[in-house]
Amino acid sequence: MKSLGSIRRDFAPWNDPNAKPYIQFDNVTKKFGDFTAVNNLSLTIFEREFFALLGASGCGKSTLLRMLAGFEEPTAGRILLDGQDLRGIPPYRRPVNMMFQSYALFPHMTVENNIAFGLKQEGMPKPDIEKRVAEMLKLVKLEQFAKRKPHQLSGGQRQRVALARSVAKRPKVLLLDEPLGALDKKLREETQFELMDLQQELGLTFVVVTHDQEEAMTMADRIAIMDKGEVMQVATPAEVYEAPASRFVAHFVGNVNMFEGKVAERSANTTRITGASGAQIVVENGGAAAAANADIVFAIRPEKIKVSSKKPADAVNALEGEVYDVAYLGDMTVYHIRLDDGQIIRASALNAARVTEDPLTWNDRAWVSFRPDAGVVLAR
Amino acid sequence: MSNIAVTDAAAPSTAAKPFLNRLGAGFVNRLVIIVPYLWLLFFFLIPFVIVFKISLSQTAIAMPPYTPVLDFSDGVSGFFAGFRNLNFDNYVWLTQDALYFKAYVTSVIIAAISTVLTLIVGYPIAYGMSRAPATIRPTLLMLVILPFWTSFLIRVYAWIGILKPEGLLNQLLLSLHIINQPLVILNTYTAIFIGIVYSYLPFMVLPLYSSLEKMDYSLIEAAKDLGCPPTSAFWKITFPLSLPGVIAGCLLVFIPAVGEFVIPDLLGGSSTLMIGKTLWNEFFANRDWPVSSAVAVILLLLLTVPIMLFQQAQARAQEQGK
Repeated sequence: MKSLGSIRRDFAPWNDPNAKPYIQFDNVTKKFGDFTAVNNLSLTIFEREFFALLGASGCGKSTLLRMLAGFEEPTAGRILLDGQDLRGIPPYRRPVNMMFQSYALFPHMTVENNIAFGLKQEGMPKPDIEKRVAEMLKLVKLEQFAKRKPHQLSGGQRQRVALARSVAKRPKVLLLDEPLGALDKKLREETQFELMDLQQELGLTFVVVTHDQEEAMTMADRIAIMDKGEVMQVATPAEVYEAPASRFVAHFVGNVNMFEGKVAERSANTTRITGASGAQIVVENGGAAAAANADIVFAIRPEKIKVSSKKPADAVNALEGEVYDVAYLGDMTVYHIRLDDGQIIRASALNAARVTEDPLTWNDRAWVSFRPDAGVVLAR
Repeated sequence: MSNIAVTDAAAPSTAAKPFLNRLGAGFVNRLVIIVPYLWLLFFFLIPFVIVFKISLSQTAIAMPPYTPVLDFSDGVSGFFAGFRNLNFDNYVWLTQDALYFKAYVTSVIIAAISTVLTLIVGYPIAYGMSRAPATIRPTLLMLVILPFWTSFLIRVYAWIGILKPEGLLNQLLLSLHIINQPLVILNTYTAIFIGIVYSYLPFMVLPLYSSLEKMDYSLIEAAKDLGCPPTSAFWKITFPLSLPGVIAGCLLVFIPAVGEFVIPDLLGGSSTLMIGKTLWNEFFANRDWPVSSAVAVILLLLLTVPIMLFQQAQARAQEQGK
């Protein structure tokens, strides 16, 4: 298999068999009455990793985070942090800090006192507290707001205070519960990069819970995609996107086209798939190793599909259809092509030039083509 | 071109609109404020002026039993002549008899102790209610309000049955062999404390509950997360944030408790001294309306002045916080 390349940084302890996991979930189950929030889940997170738990609401990601913080105890299984079993250790004795979704800033305390709160609990000497608070205020660029109360700050400023408060104690692990959920889009994008810089600067392990795939893709070293209390895939953002392990993951992250079919023929490097309508495509091996005649799906991202008005001469896979919808988004154009067998294919084309000589429009005949290595074969 | 025309036309109307809005809103605001002021005028200020007027007159064998003051029956000249008859003799009298001073002081002390006791009893109740599952909270709230559906007087009478030497409490303690001799509770200050705490508990619990209930529980989790054990988190987060409820509850208990008459009369017996009882005696036993009015005016000043000072201090503290 060709490499996906080093997308973020030269940091991949998960590929090193000798690397010691920092946080370990061992067959953890959490039940609330009849409801199973987390189901027999195992997961390892490494030191200094930026780890994201991604999933729809109710998938158990927040419960996982709260178990790590100590607000919930697992019904079964154990959680290890740096080799230490966390069972029975109350939240106020765990070397982890959490940044709450609601920020949970103490409304009766100034920004300064909010940040100093955890340090005072530790019994740190007063001059050291002052120094650390000043350092934290500088880090989040809120020096001139030290004496304000939380209600006198904007949403973005509050978020920074919450962040400063949770890293002030230099926890072994920082837990972030939807850290950017309450910010508007522009601010959210800026803050994503600031969080990444902060994590690098402080050298902490971050575990972030989010339902926003873009956020997870931007920030995380690895992403765990969760559904119904189980982990569906743990991988780097590039792997999650380019090599999803299952239909669920492929659907959950980004847009995807699915060709359902049967394996017609399998050679050393390629697999020939016959679609439901008889159309044949040839794809490179990888992903689910499928035996002949097995029911499979071929998942391919829209940007990997080329749309043209004539059949490309050199294309291995080309299917004919009609332009059903066109959406011009500025940076790219999204086409919905209805194939002759009725399936609608989503393809997106980067608008590299300002004008095109041969624009496709509604009801035009069109060809979609893609390379054999452009998608993955998944079990049905 | 058409764009420019549109913005030009819109400009004057957007400038005029806020002005109209401001005028309209100001007028409505003033109307809304007038209603409570009218209420205060009719039901507080006017009765107070009448009481104050009576306190400046003298007792007389008449109906009503005091010399008329500032009366319009003699015409306008008589009204002004009446000023000469006004005097502060009744207030001077209050300073001359130590009984009144003692009654005021004991009333304030009893009310203060009762308020603290009510807070100690009420806080855990309110806290428990606010942390109870949301489905049973209305029921708990109902249970707190339920005693109001029975007459206050009857409920205080019921306490006589419980506290008297041969009452339910003593019978229970005797039968359990905890005590050999019946405890004397009725007709003591202890009985007054029990009566006040019991009667005013809802006034403490309700404001406390409302301030505790709206508190975000994630604040406690955040405190714990930052290394704060639960007890310490209570004193550093929960209690300071419930202070408005604590203050409201304490005022709601303290103010009526100072002037309380029924409880000291029924449960405290003749040996206990409270200003409400003294006032009642002056009014009904001695039929000295002017002196009892003076007692009432002083009582009011005694309660209002500290509360006003306190509120001013609070407003100042709040402004400094900003």
